[in-house]
Amino acid sequence: MAAHEHNEHCKEIFALLSEYLNLELPPEACRDIESHLAGCPPCVEFTESLRKTVDLCRAYRPSDLPTPLASQARAQLLAAYEKMRR
Amino acid sequence: MDRVEEIELARRLIAGDAGAFDNFVEHFRAKIFHYTWLMCGQREDAEEVAQDTLLRVFESFHQLREPERVRPWVFRIAKNECLMKRRKSMFAPSRELSLEELMPAATREDGNLKIEIADWSRLPDDQASLSEMKAVLERAISELPEAYRSVILLRDMEELSTEDTAQILDLRNDAVKTRLHRARLALRQRLDEHLRSATRGA
Repeated sequence: MAAHEHNEHCKEIFALLSEYLNLELPPEACRDIESHLAGCPPCVEFTESLRKTVDLCRAYRPSDLPTPLASQARAQLLAAYEKMRR
Repeated sequence: MDRVEEIELARRLIAGDAGAFDNFVEHFRAKIFHYTWLMCGQREDAEEVAQDTLLRVFESFHQLREPERVRPWVFRIAKNECLMKRRKSMFAPSRELSLEELMPAATREDGNLKIEIADWSRLPDDQASLSEMKAVLERAISELPEAYRSVILLRDMEELSTEDTAQILDLRNDAVKTRLHRARLALRQRLDEHLRSATRGA
């Protein structure tokens, strides 16, 4: 477990981490975050925990599948498609 | 099925090739079912929304001008069907998540503010622990306020872009970014609590 002293810069970075991980920030803001991270191991650790959370979300596959499509429901959908195609 | 195959199925259906019908239905039915289940919380509602969405999709397939936009287009319809179903469903109460409540727990030590964080470098990788993490994640998603849940499902689970998600949910891009960040932080917080309690129990 790591202990970490908050400062205003940490808080500013905290607010931008998703955009940073999504590569949605302008280069200047990225450089600012990277230079902060280079000197702040607790922020690195926090960023990694957020990155892993995102990885878990992306890898998440629900355990349950819908029940198999009933033939009547399939027929209803196919009829709608056939009608649209005409 | 990847995005390329998905787009190819849409392209074939637009061109009138009914041979793509069953694969398209199977693929999107599961996707809509999962999204709606996590949004509505009811299995029966999710099955109904999946069927109603696909019906709208096939009725209006000729309106899909760009097959490469099939996923956001289908989810836009699913979101509307889901909203209609919502009137009959239980939803988490709407509330805002603040950045402050999502920052790691802080304590004072030697006059300094300290935060606590689990050791994420040693995420458990055995099957039992992974399925436990998945259950924690699933529960945490279902407990997110709806406005945040819909964003994280579309952005991180369905991997739609900020722009597509904004269009589907009638939001500005900035609102999508803000909500996504807070939703991720809330899930991170729940997983962190779980990891710390698992470490304490070990």
